[in-house]
Amino acid sequence: MTVVLYLCAGMLGLAALLLLARMTMGPTMLDRTVALDVLTAVGICALALEAALHRNTTTLPILLVLTLLGFVGSVSIARFSRGSDDIEAEDSES
Amino acid sequence: MSPQRMPRHRTLQWPMLVWLTLVWLMLWRDFTLGNAVSGFLVALGVCLFFPLPPLRMHLRVRPVALVWLLVRFLWDVVVSSLLVAKATLGPTKNLRNAVVEVNLKTPSDFVLTVVAEMICLIPGSLAVEARRSTHTVFFHAFDVRDEAGVEIFRQRVLAQERRVVRAFGTHIAHLEEASS
Amino acid sequence: MNWTTVADVIAAACMLSGATLALIAAIGVLRLPDLLSRMHAATKPQVLGLLLVLTGLGFRLRDPEAIGVLVLVGLFQLFTSPVANHMVGRASFRAGQVDHDRLIVDELSDCLPQMEEPRGAP
Repeated sequence: MTVVLYLCAGMLGLAALLLLARMTMGPTMLDRTVALDVLTAVGICALALEAALHRNTTTLPILLVLTLLGFVGSVSIARFSRGSDDIEAEDSES
Repeated sequence: MSPQRMPRHRTLQWPMLVWLTLVWLMLWRDFTLGNAVSGFLVALGVCLFFPLPPLRMHLRVRPVALVWLLVRFLWDVVVSSLLVAKATLGPTKNLRNAVVEVNLKTPSDFVLTVVAEMICLIPGSLAVEARRSTHTVFFHAFDVRDEAGVEIFRQRVLAQERRVVRAFGTHIAHLEEASS
Repeated sequence: MNWTTVADVIAAACMLSGATLALIAAIGVLRLPDLLSRMHAATKPQVLGLLLVLTGLGFRLRDPEAIGVLVLVGLFQLFTSPVANHMVGRASFRAGQVDHDRLIVDELSDCLPQMEEPRGAP
């Protein structure tokens, strides 16, 4: 069990690094938002791994908070980032 | 909302209250009577202070069709997860997508919402725009090569709609009318 | 070979596949060429990968109170992730950031200018 969990943790760490690379490169704000969303999901997975490793239930509320935080974060960025992007942004609904 | 405001007590809907109380109980992880009462009070407050227009859905749930809907949905999620994973790991140079317009056959906001939400949850498709007036949804489909793929995708969405309507049984007459 | 061992094995399998899906999604977000394709790769860990990890955690903890919270996390994720994805996709489409060479069929751009009906909350 422990070996499997450490393997999973390694994969999640690699995934987080790749997502950070996309967040740094991402040409527009929305690319970064998507990467952040996936990063939140990876964070939830990592916390779940920790809970499974030590069999404690104290981190479960954090999972709930992270779920809702990721949702609110990406919706608000998508809602308010229109027209303020850093590549040529021609707003189709003038 | 209609021009004439409806009285406050009309915004109280039993399913909503029960669901909110259940969420409260699960959040506290403590299934006692006192907790249920306080959760019910909180749910009552939420419904009174943030009223939602009542959904006009005359649901008649068909259990067998509902189970089939869920099983088929899980199957779709697994299969298309693998397909998207394959497309991700393969060559991505000439990857082609499509934006497909789908006209739903049932004139119901509820069916529109459920279908769009379930199709979005299946990897490889994404609702880009929706129009309530004509019940049209625009989906972005991943890894579609040609016109035939577009048609297959459209048929998949319509099949999903059929399953949803069969499970909840609201507008089944529309469906038969349209298919005959 | 009692049932706790079986549950642990199931939990390990679920977690391993969930983490693999998350890794594939991250690779997709990095590799795929345009934003909407990337979003398709991104919906995977949030749906199947996360559900698998949560199922694995449920099998590992074997505690009814914890399972309640896990079900809640899964449900919230299922309800919210399509909405978030739709918002991001729509914003990118309207900001004109779509790579039209990659679309073989585009039935939306033709009728976008004449769509004047108010959207959002009715």
